[in-house]
Amino acid sequence: MATVRIPPVLRAQTGGQPEVDALGSSVGEVLRGLIAEHPKTEDQLFDSEGDLNRYVNIYLNDEDVRVLDGLDTSVGDGDTIVILPAMAGG
Amino acid sequence: MATSAEAGTQAQIEEIEPFEAVEEIEGGEVVLIDTREPHEYQEAHLQGGKLVPPGLLAEEIAAAAPDKSARTILYCRTGNRSALAAAQMQKLGYEDVASMAGGIVLWQEQGLPVVAAQGMTAEQRERYSRHTLLPEVGVDGQLKLLEAKVLLVGAGGLGAPTALYLAAAGVGTIGLVDDDVVDASNLQRQVIHSTERIGMPKTRSARLTIEALNPDVEVVEHRMRLDASNILETIEGYDVIVDGADNFPTRYLLNDASVRLRKPVVSASILSFDGQISTFVPFEGPCYRCLYPTPPPAELAPSCSANGVLGVMAGTMGTLQANEVFKLVLGVGEPLIGRLLLYEALSTRFTELKVRRDPECPICGESAPEIAESELGRFPDYELFCSG
Repeated sequence: MATVRIPPVLRAQTGGQPEVDALGSSVGEVLRGLIAEHPKTEDQLFDSEGDLNRYVNIYLNDEDVRVLDGLDTSVGDGDTIVILPAMAGG
Repeated sequence: MATSAEAGTQAQIEEIEPFEAVEEIEGGEVVLIDTREPHEYQEAHLQGGKLVPPGLLAEEIAAAAPDKSARTILYCRTGNRSALAAAQMQKLGYEDVASMAGGIVLWQEQGLPVVAAQGMTAEQRERYSRHTLLPEVGVDGQLKLLEAKVLLVGAGGLGAPTALYLAAAGVGTIGLVDDDVVDASNLQRQVIHSTERIGMPKTRSARLTIEALNPDVEVVEHRMRLDASNILETIEGYDVIVDGADNFPTRYLLNDASVRLRKPVVSASILSFDGQISTFVPFEGPCYRCLYPTPPPAELAPSCSANGVLGVMAGTMGTLQANEVFKLVLGVGEPLIGRLLLYEALSTRFTELKVRRDPECPICGESAPEIAESELGRFPDYELFCSG
C-alpha cells in the first residue's frame, strides 16, 4: 500500500482528502488505483492517449519519476507518491 | 608591552611580520583568524579574517579552523592576544600556527589594506549589530547586503513579508514590481500594507512602510505589469529576483528572461494552505521550465482570489524567500538550488523534492537556441497561457 499526496487543486476530486492510500506495484498502477477510487482525477492526470499530462509532475518519494522508469517505476509498501502541479499564486 | 607570561608564550610560537603574512595570504591555503572582540572586528579587520574572540576560542576554533594541520595565521590588535591564542591552539593540537607580530595596528601602519566598517555609520553598526555578530555575516556580509539590489516581482502575499524582512536586513536597493492598488481583501496577509492605504498603489504603500522601517533602503517603484517588451530592462540592474507573481505568464516570462541574463530567481507560489519554493540559478541548477515545462490548463490553475489562501502561510513562504535571498547575497549556506520545498500549513509538514536540469529544456538545456540580440525580449506563446 502506497500513499498518494493530493495537491490542493485535485482535492475537490478526492472528497477533500490531502492524501489517500492506493494499491499497485508501479506508479502507473497506483495512479490507476487512485482513478478507480476517484474517477474525476483522471482527466487531470492523463491525456486522451493515456499518457501522463506534461504539466503534472509525479514524484516517488523525493525523485521525479521522469528520471526513474516513468509510470513503470516500481512502488513498494510505505512509498509516497507526490502529485505536483505548478501553482501560480502569489 | 608584553607581560613576562606573554613573553614566555611568545618565545614558543612562531611570529611572522605583516609583510610575510601578506605573502602567505596572497598565496592562498591559509586560515586567517582574528583573535579580538567583536566590536574591534567590526571597526576593521583583515580580508578573509574569521573572528574568534579569545574567551570563546575553545568553543569556536574548530568551526573557524576545522583542519588542524592547515597553515593558520592569527592576528589581534598588537600581537599579544594572538600569541596567547596561538599557544592555546597548539595545545589543542594545531600543528602550523603563527601569530602576526604587531597585529592589525602594524599592518595598517605599513599601508596594508583592511576591510573597514567605513561604509557603515555608528547608527548602522548598532542597527545591524545582531547580524554582524554572526560569523557568517560579519561586517563584510552586512556591507554586501547594503550593496545588494533585489527585485521583488509582486508586492502581494509573498512580496509583502519578503520585502519587510529584506528591508529590515538592510538590503540596499529593493525594487518592487506591481501594478495593483491595495484592496481590503489583501490585508489579511499582505502585512506591508495597512487599512488607511486602501486604494493606494501597492508599490507606493510598500515604499512608505519600508522607508519607515529602514532609511538605509532605497526603494524603486516599478508600477507596471511585466511583459516581453519591458522585462529585460526592468530586471537587468538587479542581483537577485524574487518571484512572487500571481500568474503563470509572468512566471514563465520572468524565468526565460532571467536565464537569458543569468539572474538567480527565488521562486515561491502559494494556494490555500500549501506553498512551494525553490531557487533557480541559471546553468548552475534547473530553471522553472525544467521543473514545469508547460503551464497547466485554466481549470488546474486556480487563483488565490478564487480559492482562498491562509495569510500566515503566505508569510511563511515569503520569509523563506527572504532567507534564500540572504544566502545568495552572502554566499553562505545551501540555497534551494535543485530542491523544491513543499510546505503544508495544515499538517505543518515540509517535503523536499529533487529538481534536475532538463537537458532538453527549451530555455536552459543543451540545445536551447541561442537567441540573437535583436530577438531578446521576444517570448512567444505567452498570450496562450491561462491567467492565474
